[in-house]
Amino acid sequence: MNDIRIENVSRRGFLKAGGALSAGLVLGVHVPASAQGAAAKAGTAFAPNAFVRIGADNTVTVVSKHLEMGQGSYTGLATIVADELDAAWGQVRVEGAPADASRYNNLLWGPAQGTGGSTAIANSWEQLRKAGATARAMLVATAAQRWNVPAASLTVKGGVVTHAGSNRKATFGELAAAAASQAVPAEVKLKDPKDFTYIGKHVPRVDSKAKSNGTAIFTQDQKLPGMLTALVAHPPRFGAKVASFDAAGVQGIPGVRQVVEIPTGVAVLASNFWSAKKARDALKVQWDESGAFKGSSAEIMAGFRKAAEQPGAVARSEGDAARAIAGAARVLEAAYEFPYLAHAAMEPLNCVIRIADDDTIEVWNGAQMHTGDQFALAKYFGVKPEQVKINMLFAGGSFGRRANPAADYLLECASIALVLARAGQRKVPVKLVWTREDDMRAGYYRPAFFHTLKAGLDASGNVVGWQHRLVGQSIAAGTAFESGMIKDGVDATSVEGASNLPYALPAIHVDLHSPKLPVPVLWWRSVGSTHTAYSTETFVDELAAAAKKDPVEYRRGLLGKHPRHLAVLELAAKESGWGKPLAPGKSGEKRGRGVALHESFNSFVAEVVEVTVKADHSFTVDRVVCAVDCGIAVNPDNVRAQMEGGIGYGLSAALYGAITLKDGGIEQSNFHDYPALRINEAPKIEVHIVPSTAAPTGVGEPGTPVVAPALANAIFAATGKRVRTLPMKLA
Amino acid sequence: MPTLFINKERVDIAASVPGDTPLLWILRDYLSMTGTKYGCGIAVCGACTVWIEGQPVRACATPLSSLKQGVEITTIEGAKTREAAAVQAAWEKLDVPQCGYCQSGQVMAAAALLAKKKRPTDADIDEAMTGILCRCATYPRIRAAIKEAAKALG
Repeated sequence: MNDIRIENVSRRGFLKAGGALSAGLVLGVHVPASAQGAAAKAGTAFAPNAFVRIGADNTVTVVSKHLEMGQGSYTGLATIVADELDAAWGQVRVEGAPADASRYNNLLWGPAQGTGGSTAIANSWEQLRKAGATARAMLVATAAQRWNVPAASLTVKGGVVTHAGSNRKATFGELAAAAASQAVPAEVKLKDPKDFTYIGKHVPRVDSKAKSNGTAIFTQDQKLPGMLTALVAHPPRFGAKVASFDAAGVQGIPGVRQVVEIPTGVAVLASNFWSAKKARDALKVQWDESGAFKGSSAEIMAGFRKAAEQPGAVARSEGDAARAIAGAARVLEAAYEFPYLAHAAMEPLNCVIRIADDDTIEVWNGAQMHTGDQFALAKYFGVKPEQVKINMLFAGGSFGRRANPAADYLLECASIALVLARAGQRKVPVKLVWTREDDMRAGYYRPAFFHTLKAGLDASGNVVGWQHRLVGQSIAAGTAFESGMIKDGVDATSVEGASNLPYALPAIHVDLHSPKLPVPVLWWRSVGSTHTAYSTETFVDELAAAAKKDPVEYRRGLLGKHPRHLAVLELAAKESGWGKPLAPGKSGEKRGRGVALHESFNSFVAEVVEVTVKADHSFTVDRVVCAVDCGIAVNPDNVRAQMEGGIGYGLSAALYGAITLKDGGIEQSNFHDYPALRINEAPKIEVHIVPSTAAPTGVGEPGTPVVAPALANAIFAATGKRVRTLPMKLA
Repeated sequence: MPTLFINKERVDIAASVPGDTPLLWILRDYLSMTGTKYGCGIAVCGACTVWIEGQPVRACATPLSSLKQGVEITTIEGAKTREAAAVQAAWEKLDVPQCGYCQSGQVMAAAALLAKKKRPTDADIDEAMTGILCRCATYPRIRAAIKEAAKALG
């Protein structure tokens, strides 16, 4: 598909290599040609590196190499730059970077630009501190020369450089043009964290206004002269193809321009969405289903159960767990079922592509695999990657869906644009729009999984052995990520959270089966942790109950070597009033409190859930207390927002989320049969942040996987019932 | 020729525009007013909420032919009431939006609620806002911001 290599760079490795990488790629002594181009933009006087431009109008533009899909990356990245630069927050603007692996690669992903794995802040931290500090040093040097005073005698605050001795002041805008001719310093001094002005404080989001008054532009809103809207009739089953089609019914629908066959179906092009949709729905397509998958969810899960009877590829093995369990005084076993899940972001998938006369491919989209998409499109059109220009727009949510190594919807749009170009209609912009139904049924789901857990206990209830077997499709298999992510038959994203279980156990064995199925799968907010946090944290709860210990006390006893896990557990317990009796429910109601704890993306989260279970087995989630350790909280309010949102996303899956197949067809189509959390079901959420001086880690995903197991444990506390199949049903 | 008043401006819709075209696509594709969003197309997500004669309505399920001559339609672009301004100020103050795609619908529904109820209870908020889905689950902030806006309106 493309030649992106994803290097599995450990956090430790990154920190060691970080300085060199930053110096070489970002703050190189020469100004990259494209940054010079940027400097030539109207009003730009000073562009010392790929991330900062300062205009004569005193505007500071921070260039975000990461997509803003809701997680606050634009605000967080700008906060880091603005702090080291000592800019006034009001003068800061943010714009999305073009796709460019040489300048805008994700430092945790090697040579690829991408937004995912909760890495935006984590990989940019040092890079953007240096970018801001470098620009500041050059502005200060400019003022020092202009006023003929030592640079050390100058102070910078709120975008103004001041020489206190002579009471001279200059704004960044006034200094910008002259600063552009300063040499870029090889070394810059970064702030002592005690001097941070924005980091760790309250900074408002840069996009709240535009997103509250309807002016924020998403791909769905992109308009270009002469643009046509394309809708596609897709096959009803994975693996089916177009046999033939009859477009007679399309005749007479106003606005319809063309009907074209493409590799993924039959596309209708029209001047507007509604015409395209009516025409698409009026097509009569005969599908060749000879290669179509006609299985059902029940059959898939039965196959997983069968596979789980045999040992799998080993993800972790310490001690002899099987032997310890065989000799145990008591054995506990549990099996868990997790369905496929759709991402179901509010903005259905879409993109705009225009082919220019010089073979430049221009794309408007908001997507996570910036250079992966760029390479895929370059390969498809047979052009160089730099000929594919991607304009980064806001994404109306993504949660992993717009991070597809297969570039599915982009290549579909490309195939339509290519048909037009071959028919002499080059330069006609094509906007591909998937309806909600198209989006829901197109696959690339969170993979369905089956887990078995088995633990041996001694006479006093201590665990002597732990066996965890997982069965589910690999996300990385068959993609550009395969070589980096799959080792010895184990896709790291299938077992993350299970293979690094933090609890001190004398023997542990984790293995994995990765059956191949034609249902496309993909990362979904917190990836493997979406299922591993659930099975491990509810099973640990069962072990605590078997040992007749309090769930917090039990976990505490097994976390001696994991102080950050322990700290979030203690904080969540304290703030939730763990151990104090819950207020009783109404007559016939049962209330319970449950805890869960999980590390994902190098951040640590514990959550305590309070639930009320009614006599009719329905239940309400009343309160969630969340403790998070994400290192330095660059923007604490955004950390809280991401925990709130992650909890809501996790609850939607726990309560409702299930994509099911019947005869190969997807049974769900829209939000009526794939429901999600609504405001009337949203619990009260309290977020507490562990103070930290560690480098920042991610917050987009880590809040998500913890809520479902905490809820399941609360339901057990209330009712004595264990829920092991998702979505949860108590009746 | 259907005549609508959209954000207080008279809009004459050409007779060639099919009557089954939903108001959502009249706004987005014919009038280039893209603040009103497409999320589901079947009136279950609320991202397309506009006001018709002041009442919140799902534009995706409102065909042109169902609109009365001269009807007053307000979209996020034209929502300039006291309540809308207070809601938008509270949305900014509490940083409600994440991805932001649903927020036009949220703002329109919240402002319509405040026009009807000066001091909405949690139950009022549930009733008015449950139809507007937010996959980023910004609900705790939506609830707090509606109360903030109510307070600011006095």
